[in-house]
Amino acid sequence: MSRARFGRVVVLAATASLVLGACAARTEDGGGDDTGSQPQASAPAQAANAADPAGDGNATCDAGTKLAYAGTINGANAALGQNILNGVKVAIERHNSNNPNCQVELQEFETEGTPDRAPGIVTQIVNTQDIIGVVGLPFSGESKAAGNIFDDAGLVQVTPSATNPALSENGWKTFFRGLGNDNTQGPAAAQFITEELGAQTVCVVRDDSEYGIGLANSITDRLGDKASCQEQIKTKQTDFSAVVNSIKGENPDAIFFSGYYQEAAPFAQQLFDAGVEAQFVGPDGVKDDEFVKGAGDAAEGVYFTCPCVPADQFTEFNEGYKQVSGGRAPGTYSPEGYDLATILLKGIDSGVKDRAGMLEFVKGYEGQGLTKSFKWNEKGELAESTVWTYKVENGQIVRNTEIKPKG
Amino acid sequence: MSIHHHLSSLYLAQSDSLISFDVEGLIDQFWSNTVDGLAQGSIYALVALGYTLVYGVLKLINFAHSEVFIYGAYATWFTFYALGFRPGPTAELAIFELVGFLLLALLAAVLASGATAVVLERVAYRPLRNRGAPRLVFLITAIGASFVLQQLIFIWRGGNPEQAIRLLRPEPVFEIFGASVTNITIIIVLASILLWLVADTFVNRTRFGRGIRAVAQDPDTATLMGVNKERVIMTTFLIGGLLAGAAALFYMMKIPQGAAYQGGFLLGIKAFTAAVLGGIGNLRGALLGGLLLGLMENYGQSLFGGEWRDVVAFALLVLILMFRPTGILGESLGKARV
Repeated sequence: MSRARFGRVVVLAATASLVLGACAARTEDGGGDDTGSQPQASAPAQAANAADPAGDGNATCDAGTKLAYAGTINGANAALGQNILNGVKVAIERHNSNNPNCQVELQEFETEGTPDRAPGIVTQIVNTQDIIGVVGLPFSGESKAAGNIFDDAGLVQVTPSATNPALSENGWKTFFRGLGNDNTQGPAAAQFITEELGAQTVCVVRDDSEYGIGLANSITDRLGDKASCQEQIKTKQTDFSAVVNSIKGENPDAIFFSGYYQEAAPFAQQLFDAGVEAQFVGPDGVKDDEFVKGAGDAAEGVYFTCPCVPADQFTEFNEGYKQVSGGRAPGTYSPEGYDLATILLKGIDSGVKDRAGMLEFVKGYEGQGLTKSFKWNEKGELAESTVWTYKVENGQIVRNTEIKPKG
Repeated sequence: MSIHHHLSSLYLAQSDSLISFDVEGLIDQFWSNTVDGLAQGSIYALVALGYTLVYGVLKLINFAHSEVFIYGAYATWFTFYALGFRPGPTAELAIFELVGFLLLALLAAVLASGATAVVLERVAYRPLRNRGAPRLVFLITAIGASFVLQQLIFIWRGGNPEQAIRLLRPEPVFEIFGASVTNITIIIVLASILLWLVADTFVNRTRFGRGIRAVAQDPDTATLMGVNKERVIMTTFLIGGLLAGAAALFYMMKIPQGAAYQGGFLLGIKAFTAAVLGGIGNLRGALLGGLLLGLMENYGQSLFGGEWRDVVAFALLVLILMFRPTGILGESLGKARV
């Protein structure tokens, strides 16, 4: 396992350097009209003014000041949570080692990623008075179930990956989303599939989660007539033969799977085995190494859309990440987790001592991070967001292009 | 809504109507759904045998049987792993290697599941029996044991399913009415029916099987007639476990991502449903119920859409129990048959 991960790191590094060299030549290709031949966009470099959790090194704060991560750690789709948690840890590590007089403690809370577990765990968090800011919850279903508990307690919740658009419509004053929601990802994915991949008929398959349903509606709206079929699957389903047979009958050009990797992996494999040749495209919830390993033969050539920024060139972050993760490379939303934790740490360094102070700080925050610049509106949504596409090549997830939305 | 379907079928967008009927889809995909449903149904049937046997002898619904099954799935995965296979593209193997490795995995799965079932009986149920605990206590213990076995895997391996390792890629072998039948489907269906035949013969034709039937009919009289009740009970659990282990290997061949700590739960419930459907306590009923459930699930999904999968399965159960409260073939293990 560790050998495979090491291999992934090497290939990532190699592709990054290749791309740097080949950039100029690639731009002359024009827009790729044929599947699999788009020029790979170069990963964004770290902005010079990106917030650094190290600060000036002179921060002071009360001993026992705590931040928390809440989300899946070992539960369903655990890899997605661990990516974020490790990103958060990098920020905390970096802050604490540079600021001897301000040691912030990170508490981890396991929600197992499920809407029925999360409220109990979040109640536990809000009752731990020393916790003044939370990075989480990663999934939309659990966020919907527990958001009001944060709101009642006035405890800031910055989510690095819950993308269901309706979450910010609940009037929770403590909810801040650190990325674009699925009203961005859905249309961007539709644009990518129909224009870049040239698909005329697209089958949208969704699971029964808050996230899967929201994203499926968003992409289907934008696809319009090109959404030639819709299928539903269930969380934890493993045998997809009926859905596969039905898609085989439809014979679409592309399939968009709106859900998480745990179901996407066997589903993609069963499609592949049945001889369905449609291009498989998955969203951020599928974009993980676990999908690549789980889908076996079917993983190669799969595309992902993701409101997450490739971390390839965030050198310092990548090194820190490997230290906290036991040598693994950053995954989906690791840099986002780092950015959000950094913002909370900045709050502590600026003298914030309680939840009310943190809420005011985050509300008024404006600054550049690794992934983007952060400034929230009154609903807790960012003004600026980006959607990238990724691709499985030689068993590795590599970045593809950034989708520039056309209205 | 701008969604327009070129199909003549009656698809409706989700917001327009709760249920939609896709009759054309049902007809178009009837044969492929039949083939795939039989494969899934065979796995249900093998697991259902375990529920049925234990119920027949102890009148106990062994809810932990789903974990007996999933332990077999883990054993399969670890056998593949120990043989040097790693997640990723399917390995290319010579036929004798493939058969050898699969038999080895079968052995491991069968042993793991069989051992789990026997240990479960020893640790969880026998102490209760010795103290004459009421039947409800057994049921609660079964549910508790199920959670314990599940969480043991969770603590050990975490929540991610084991990454898929596959030795045999499904290849179409022949077609019936346009539906391709893959090598894996053939293996699963034939092997399941064969194993069912062996189990049925064992219970109905052998001396030991007679012991099982005797205990099922009347434990006290059977003991008086010289049947070793405890040994019969242990053997019953063992047979159920062995069959679940075989089912686990077939399941992992079909769904290589199947080794997940909660992965047995839904399948166990479905297999239990299959057992009740066919008539719990009845070996033939388990086979019939399993196949029927596998088929109906697929037809139902085609007709109503994927989210109705589980609803169809359980609605079918309710419907059949309304007219035949003991299942299609009735409870027969405990009934005297010459």
